[in-house]
Amino acid sequence: MNAPDISLDVSDKGAAGVRMRGVDKAFDTNVVLRELDLDVVPGERVVIIGPSGSGKTTILRVIMTLERPDGGTIEVGGRHLYHETVDGGRLKPASEKHIRSVRSSIGMVFQHFNLFPHMSALENIMLAPVKVHGKSPDEARELGRELLAKVGLSEHANHTPGQLSGGQKQRVAIARALATEPAVMLFDEVTSALDPELVGEVLGVLRDIADEGKTTMMLVTHEMGFAREVADRVVMFDNGQILEEGTPEDILRNPQHQRTKDFLGAVVH
Amino acid sequence: MSDQVDLEYQPHRKWYRRPDVVVPAVLVTLGLSFLAATGTTQRSYRSRMSAPGDTAFDAEYFFHLVPQMLQGLYITARSTVLGFLVAIVLGLVLALGRRARLRVVSWPAIGIIEFVRSTPILVQFFFAQALVRATPALSLRGVEILMLVLGIHYATYASEAYRAGIDSVPKGQWEATTALNLSPWTKWTKIIIPQAVPNVLPTLGNYLVAAFKDAPIADAVLSVAGVLFFATTIRNNDFRAVEPYLLIGVGFLLVSLPAAWLVRRLERRIAYERT
Amino acid sequence: MGDWLLAPAHYERLLEGTIATVQILGLSFAFGVVLSLLFGVARLSKRRWVRAAALVYVEFARGISSVILLFIMVIAVPILFGLRGASVMLWGSIALGLNMGGYGAEIVRGAIQSVPRGQTEASIALNLSPTQRLRHVVLPQAMRIILPPMGNLTIEILKGTALVSVVAGFDLMRATQNLVSTQLSVGVAGVTVLFVNVLLIYFALAQIINGLFRLAERRLGQRFEERRGRRADAIPEVAL
Repeated sequence: MNAPDISLDVSDKGAAGVRMRGVDKAFDTNVVLRELDLDVVPGERVVIIGPSGSGKTTILRVIMTLERPDGGTIEVGGRHLYHETVDGGRLKPASEKHIRSVRSSIGMVFQHFNLFPHMSALENIMLAPVKVHGKSPDEARELGRELLAKVGLSEHANHTPGQLSGGQKQRVAIARALATEPAVMLFDEVTSALDPELVGEVLGVLRDIADEGKTTMMLVTHEMGFAREVADRVVMFDNGQILEEGTPEDILRNPQHQRTKDFLGAVVH
Repeated sequence: MSDQVDLEYQPHRKWYRRPDVVVPAVLVTLGLSFLAATGTTQRSYRSRMSAPGDTAFDAEYFFHLVPQMLQGLYITARSTVLGFLVAIVLGLVLALGRRARLRVVSWPAIGIIEFVRSTPILVQFFFAQALVRATPALSLRGVEILMLVLGIHYATYASEAYRAGIDSVPKGQWEATTALNLSPWTKWTKIIIPQAVPNVLPTLGNYLVAAFKDAPIADAVLSVAGVLFFATTIRNNDFRAVEPYLLIGVGFLLVSLPAAWLVRRLERRIAYERT
Repeated sequence: MGDWLLAPAHYERLLEGTIATVQILGLSFAFGVVLSLLFGVARLSKRRWVRAAALVYVEFARGISSVILLFIMVIAVPILFGLRGASVMLWGSIALGLNMGGYGAEIVRGAIQSVPRGQTEASIALNLSPTQRLRHVVLPQAMRIILPPMGNLTIEILKGTALVSVVAGFDLMRATQNLVSTQLSVGVAGVTVLFVNVLLIYFALAQIINGLFRLAERRLGQRFEERRGRRADAIPEVAL
């Protein structure tokens, strides 16, 4: 294996790269990730597709530390997530403090939004900047308003999630994740739970983030049209392993594997 | 962030690997062997008595008290069970009364249930005692008053348990019995009650354990010769307070905890079979 | 109607007792709530020994008889630790608080477990520390589920306060006992009148507790719904 190249870990715009090596994950007897190797270049937009149960969501969850891998290593921005380097270059399991430190550069948006129902949209966005990143409430409010404007929801700052539509909730969730200024953003089927007419507004926001290029984006999605427009690379995942990967044209127009063809045929473009 | 494991119930493991079985079993075995070991200690302690107010814990004295404590514990347990039997029957009467269509019957029933449930059983003990004192015609012993009050107090709880059990039977069942034109007797005995009972049993079990916890109160108020009475007597006669009270605490737990665990297993069994 | 009333002097005694009862209840409630939160959270700790210790406390607190625990805490414990002249009100409240904590801990635990997992995951994704997660995200949502059963539990503790009269403490029950002898002379009727009055006082106290908890539930529910009368650019009122 080549020695890691530091300049490939963080782009000049602040996006971080992700490097997964030999990652294993099983739930009881169900093996979900099998010796997974995956490299994501800083600022890259990667779309992961595949049938349900293939493990694609688990990839994101393992990076976000919502699940612990059974084996292998994960690096974000050149820093090991689950390990710390000791003198001599060896690795030992990381302390909680270390994990938290690396985790601060990762953000995630969920399929079911997971907004905090007892707080307004603005408060949802302000919580992490104040409590985790030490910003003053005024600074955080300023930042919150900017982000709400960015996702087109300025008038809803004081509304609680219960008063928002699905598309609006997801946009707030995206703004909430952006407020922590992550170097890597993970999107887990963020439009799957939305009514069709609300999908477009969320995809628009995702497109804007992709255009800015300040964050590396890893998306699990069924929106093939979006993948074709925005993705730098599409990865077809099946049965715990990468089946094939390539540019959107390669995979979506010219899939090599029968499994990929079957899957794409079943998914509405 | 750990996975959310069901902290206690792990039915697919062997029984000796399940903490929720092993721990209670070990504790109960320890407790019983401790009691067995004390059966042999027989000494007169008057001569060895330390000065009143001595704060050291005398272990040998502690074990010496066990047989007497067990006698008291037996009285408490027996009164609880008998009183609870009254409660089960009376509770059914109250539950039926509550469901009656005649307001003249249902409203007093609800009134009694709510009133008795919301007030301390201690007050009810005192009330009963005062009533008995004031009526020369009624000569009830302390134990009898205890069982009556337990019976009435927990009848109100039992009636609520019956109500919940009956309510838990899906509406469709009632409608099916109407459609099949079943007689009320058949409807109740063959359809409704068999489905209501699994829900009612664990709740009643919990109330039985609760009644057991209330029973010692009668030792203080009505001088029933139960486990608390034993401790208070020892304190008055031998001037030692620490050992008897701690002993009854341990002895009480040795009965109430296994009982509670059994009720919990029953609960889980029933819930498990339902899904 | 006048037959159901007692002499004014009697009511004064009962009032003294009621105040004492409320004081004991307040103290016990304070202890009980702290223990419930502490051990309810501990029951869900990542560390096994913390979970085990919490379980031991919960089993013990729920399995013991309140009156026996009262005797142990008011009489045995002070002697064991060499404390002279222990206040019955203090130790009695500690005993009741200990008892309450066992049941309360299970209520808290169940409520925390019922908060959707996605909430915890979202707060992990935002890199909140475990304490922050609990304080800002999980507990506020768990509160809605905690309040109703906690209200019932408080009423049970109210009933428990009467037990201090048995360990020579002063409360409404003790005041009642003092009056019994005067009423006995009037026969069954006199006794019944006294106890019906006392039972009504307890009943009223229970309803007050019910009302307070329901008020709290409602105010909590309002936070989850719209923020009334606020313009979009108004400053959020939550102190973060």
